[in-house]
Amino acid sequence: MKKFLTLALAAALVVSALASCSTQQKDGTVSTDGSTSMEEVIGVLGEAFQEKYSGMTFTYNPTGSSSGIQAVKEGRCDIGLSSRSLKEEEKADGLVETVLANDGIAVIVNPKNGVSDLDVETIAKIYTGKITNWSELGGNDAEIVIIGREAGSGTRDGFESITGTEGACKYRQELTSTGDVITTVSQNPNAIGYASLAAVSDQVKALSVGGVSPSEATVKDGSYVIQRPFVLVTKDGVELSDAAQKFFDFVTSDEAAPFISQAGAVPVK
Amino acid sequence: MKKKKAFENFIHGIFLILGLITVGCVLLITVYLIISGIPAIKKIGFWNFLFGKEWASTAKEPSYGILPFILTSVYGTAGAILIGVPIGFLTSVYLAKLAPAKIRTVVSSTVSLLAGIPSVVYGLIGMMVLVPGIRKLFHIPDGASLLAAIIVLAIMILPSIINVSITALEAVPKEYEDASLALGATPVETYFKVSVPAAKSGIAAAVVLGVGRAIGEAMTVMMVSGNAPNLPELFGSVRFLTTAVASEMSYSSGLQRQALFSIALVLFLLIMLIDAALNFFLKRSKEG
Repeated sequence: MKKFLTLALAAALVVSALASCSTQQKDGTVSTDGSTSMEEVIGVLGEAFQEKYSGMTFTYNPTGSSSGIQAVKEGRCDIGLSSRSLKEEEKADGLVETVLANDGIAVIVNPKNGVSDLDVETIAKIYTGKITNWSELGGNDAEIVIIGREAGSGTRDGFESITGTEGACKYRQELTSTGDVITTVSQNPNAIGYASLAAVSDQVKALSVGGVSPSEATVKDGSYVIQRPFVLVTKDGVELSDAAQKFFDFVTSDEAAPFISQAGAVPVK
Repeated sequence: MKKKKAFENFIHGIFLILGLITVGCVLLITVYLIISGIPAIKKIGFWNFLFGKEWASTAKEPSYGILPFILTSVYGTAGAILIGVPIGFLTSVYLAKLAPAKIRTVVSSTVSLLAGIPSVVYGLIGMMVLVPGIRKLFHIPDGASLLAAIIVLAIMILPSIINVSITALEAVPKEYEDASLALGATPVETYFKVSVPAAKSGIAAAVVLGVGRAIGEAMTVMMVSGNAPNLPELFGSVRFLTTAVASEMSYSSGLQRQALFSIALVLFLLIMLIDAALNFFLKRSKEG
């Protein structure tokens, strides 16, 4: 008898779980579409938004910056997300960009490494295999071990496009998380890697780039160059829906800044 | 009485359904993998896909050749077997036949413990200890390599090899050994010339089980092998079939994603083949 009771209970649970899915009332929906690198920022903001305005639904479709921009243009979503600035021809199509935050990418080496400053060209030469030994840069006589992220990663995409090394990097290791990159670089005195600035700890040394060391301040004023904007893309002359406008106002307000920092980016406000 | 019979039938029904769940899962996975794995192979071309030497899935002109992954998986597994089987086999002979009861208890519980360690822990220790160790020992720029993966895999397959071999050795009838001893053979002669040959199909099954475990492992090798899609080299950074799928899955899109499913399909077929071999050996060991 006991078993039947358990079975019946389980069945009841399943049924009630299924039923509860479809009965919630929706006041409005905000749909966003675009950059995978913005996943964390937009996820945190979306959650905060839904907490503030209960009843609002927030959706995010991680497709990549270019397809997000395309989606706004065709009216398939409310707000497009791009981790690069709009191109001139995209602006000519009547799209408007609002910079939400900036994301710094730190170039990191082992703390034992003597090198502490490189410029963007040198970094590009290292990653494309034109410079292969630290001694060419004033360091020890040791082969440079190039650590990077897996294909498709937003950080890799950002780093390669800023340094102009798309598809040309000679990686020795392709790791799947920021944490793995940092651990590996901290273990190997000859390694160089890149990681989101927010994640860098004192296990590794963040290089200054062209004399500017990476920090929230230098990312904000633009003097640290290995950074990219996180952009909200909207269409000029097209009014946002009530829900989308509320979301837009919320994420660009001072109130949203702590959430953006929490997700590892540097808010513009 | 009638009521009792109905109850029996009911319970039978439940067990049948539970059993069918497993079958259903296997069918679902097989069908899904075939459906989602075929399109990319068609688009890329069977030959280019299986025997292409370059993998650059996000380049401007992407190429999707998985020969490096296939060879790495084969070499990596072969290497792990080469190191793991002699150690595992001799350990199992020792434990099944030679070891005093106390030592046997200690060693076999250690072996079970080894089997229970999660693969991410092997990976972590490999990353923190083994990889820097290899770098220093061989004076190479970076220790994340095929060798590191082989060593970790060899350790990971030990428990399955040892446990299955012990079972096979213990199933050898005692009369065989008694007869050998009575004819004047020493105990060690007896174990290697009588017990081991009698248990050989069980031991073969243990080896195949080890192969299956090694070829399907993803987490650990991802952490120690470097993941660059190179053709395999002992001290080079390599990517296995499993890690090729796991490492790019999260951000992939379009043909890249479809190609990852195709890799999974290739891996799946490879493992099915190994499983078929395992069944074959197990059947023989039951009959023999």
